[in-house]
Amino acid sequence: MTTAQLLGNDPGWLIAVKAVLVFAICVVSTLMAVWTERRVLAKMQLRTGPNRVGPAGLLQSLSDGVKLALKEDIIPAAADKVVFIIAPIIATAMCFMAFAVIPMTGVVSLFGHKTALQLTDLPVGVLYILAVTSIGVYGVVLAGWSSGSTYPLLGGLRSSAQVISYEVAMGLSLVAVFIYAGSMSTSDIVASQHQHIWNAVVLFPSFVIYVISMVGETNRAPFDLAEAEGELVGGFHTEYSSLKFALFFLAEYVNIIAVSALATTLFLGGYHALPGLGFTEQWFGGWFTFIWFLLKVNFFFFIFMWLRGSLPRLRYDQFMKFGWKVLIPVSLVWILIVATLRVLQQQNAPRVAIIAFAAGLVIIVMAISSVFERNKQKIRTTDLPEGATPNFPVPSLPNVQSINVSGGN
Amino acid sequence: MTDFNEKMDVEKRNSGQADINSVPFIEVEQPGPAPLAQQAKGFWVTFSTMFKKNQTVQYPDVKAPTQPRFHGRHQLNRHPDGLEKCIGCELCAWACPADAIYVEGGNNTPGNQMSPGERHGAVYQINYLRCIFCGLCVEACPTRALTMTNEYELADDKREKLIFEKEDLLAPLRQGMLAPPHPMYPGMTDTNYYNGDVKEAHPSQAEK
Repeated sequence: MTTAQLLGNDPGWLIAVKAVLVFAICVVSTLMAVWTERRVLAKMQLRTGPNRVGPAGLLQSLSDGVKLALKEDIIPAAADKVVFIIAPIIATAMCFMAFAVIPMTGVVSLFGHKTALQLTDLPVGVLYILAVTSIGVYGVVLAGWSSGSTYPLLGGLRSSAQVISYEVAMGLSLVAVFIYAGSMSTSDIVASQHQHIWNAVVLFPSFVIYVISMVGETNRAPFDLAEAEGELVGGFHTEYSSLKFALFFLAEYVNIIAVSALATTLFLGGYHALPGLGFTEQWFGGWFTFIWFLLKVNFFFFIFMWLRGSLPRLRYDQFMKFGWKVLIPVSLVWILIVATLRVLQQQNAPRVAIIAFAAGLVIIVMAISSVFERNKQKIRTTDLPEGATPNFPVPSLPNVQSINVSGGN
Repeated sequence: MTDFNEKMDVEKRNSGQADINSVPFIEVEQPGPAPLAQQAKGFWVTFSTMFKKNQTVQYPDVKAPTQPRFHGRHQLNRHPDGLEKCIGCELCAWACPADAIYVEGGNNTPGNQMSPGERHGAVYQINYLRCIFCGLCVEACPTRALTMTNEYELADDKREKLIFEKEDLLAPLRQGMLAPPHPMYPGMTDTNYYNGDVKEAHPSQAEK
C-alpha cells in the first residue's frame, strides 16, 4: 500500500488533528530553532548565548515572542494599510502550507488509525512546495512595497530578485531527483530512495546545488541581502513592529525548517533510518522514524547556522553572478548527463556504453579545463610611468616621486 | 576660462605630459581565489570553536575580580584613630577635569574636631554622572584622604542617587577607631598624624 492510499483512508477528524499537529510541530520547532541557533552561534563565537529564561534558556524565544506580541503595533502613515497587514499573513501562511506534503514518519498508529504523519500526498507534491514558497515571496515583496519607505522597498526588491534567481537553480536541481525517482510525489521519492540509495549520493551535484540555493531561497547568511542590516536597516521588515514583525520572524524560521525538511525528503532518504540502522524504524510503533526525520532536518539546520557563523555576506553582484552564471549552467549540464544516463539505463544499454559515456564526459571536462588553464591571462606588471610633474604644489600621489613645491614658472 | 583649459590641454598633448588627474598605477598580480582546502579552513575554525571553553563571565552571578589598581568608586580615608584625613583644601575639586567634585571646607573647633589640624571638609560631594574615573583627584590629594576602591557597580535609577555625599564616601570605622568628632591624640600634632605616628585611638579621646 502506498502512502497516498494510506492517507486516503483517513477520516476527516484525523486530517484535522494532523493539520493541528503539523502546525504545532512548525511553531514549536521554530521556538527551538531560534534558541538552538542563538546557542550554537554563541558557541562558535566563544559565548554562552541565552541562558536565563527556563532551563538553559530554553524558553527565551517564547518570552521574546510574548514580548513582541505585547509591544505597540505601529503602522506608518505612508504605508498602504491593507497590504501592510496582509503581507506578513501571506508570508507566514505559505510557509506553513509547504509542510502539508512533507512525510515526517512512516506508517504509525494515530488514535487507533493506521496512517502516516503527512497531511496529504499530492502526485506533484514537490511542485506544490515550490509554488507555495514562491507565493511566500509575495509577502516579502508586498511588505517592502507597502511600507512606503525606501529601505524596505529596496529590501523587498532584492529579496524578490534573489528568490527568483535561486528558485531556478533549485528547480533544476530537483529535476534530477524527479528523473531518478520517476515521480514528483514526496512520499514516492522517499520510497524510491529506500529501495535504492540516497539521492545525496547518486545525485551529489544536485544535492550541493540544492543546499546552496536553499540558503539563497530563505534569505539567510551569507545570502541575506534582503535584510542586510548594515545596508538596509532591517530590509523589508524595517517598518514592522509587534505581532506583524513576529509573523515575519516566524515565517523565516518555518521557511528554513521547510526547505531543510524538503532537502531531507529529497536527498537524505526522508524519515528512514541511516543505512544499517533499519531495525530502529520499528521502535515506539514506528514513531522512531520521526526522530530520524528530526535528526536529518537538524543536520541541515546546523549547516545554516554554520554558514552564518563562518561566512561574510556576499556583494549583490557577486551573488547574482554566482546564481546565474555558475549554479544554473552547472545544473543544466548536470541534468543533461543525468537524463542521458537514465535513458541509457532504461533502454538496457550495455554496461560498456554507460561506462564509455561517463568516461567520455570526464575527458571532455578535463580537456575544457586544461584549455581554460592555458588561456588564463597572465597578469602583466607594467613599469610605473614617469610621474607627471605639475608646476603647482599638490599632495604626493602613491608611487609617484615627490614634487618640487618651490617650482613655478 | 575655456580658452585657458584648451590651451593647457594642447600644451599637455604637445609636451607628452599625462593628465595629473589620472593616477599612474602598477598592475599587481592578483592572488585569485584560494584553493578549496584553504577556503574550508574558515569552517573548521568556527566548528572547532564550538568545543572550546567560552569566555563569557556570568556577570550578576559571578563577579570577576578587577585589577588591584582598578579605578572604582572613591573613598575618603581616616587616620588610625578615626579622624578624617580630608582637610577641605579643594585641590581634588580643582584637579577634576569633569568638574564632578564639590568641596566646602570648615574650621575644626575644640568641640567639633573632625580631622587633625585646623580645617576639615564640611561638605564633600562627588557626582558620578560626571566623574570619568581618571584619578587626577587622587593624585592631587595632599593627605591621601581620597583614594579609589575597586567597586564598579554604580548604576542607579535616579540622578540624585548618583551624587555621593560625604557619608557615602567615608571609609568605615575599623578596629581601634573612634567616630569623630573627638580631640586629637594627646601630645600629637597634625604633622605627627601625617607622618603616621598615630597608630590607634587613645582612651582619653573617647571622653567628650
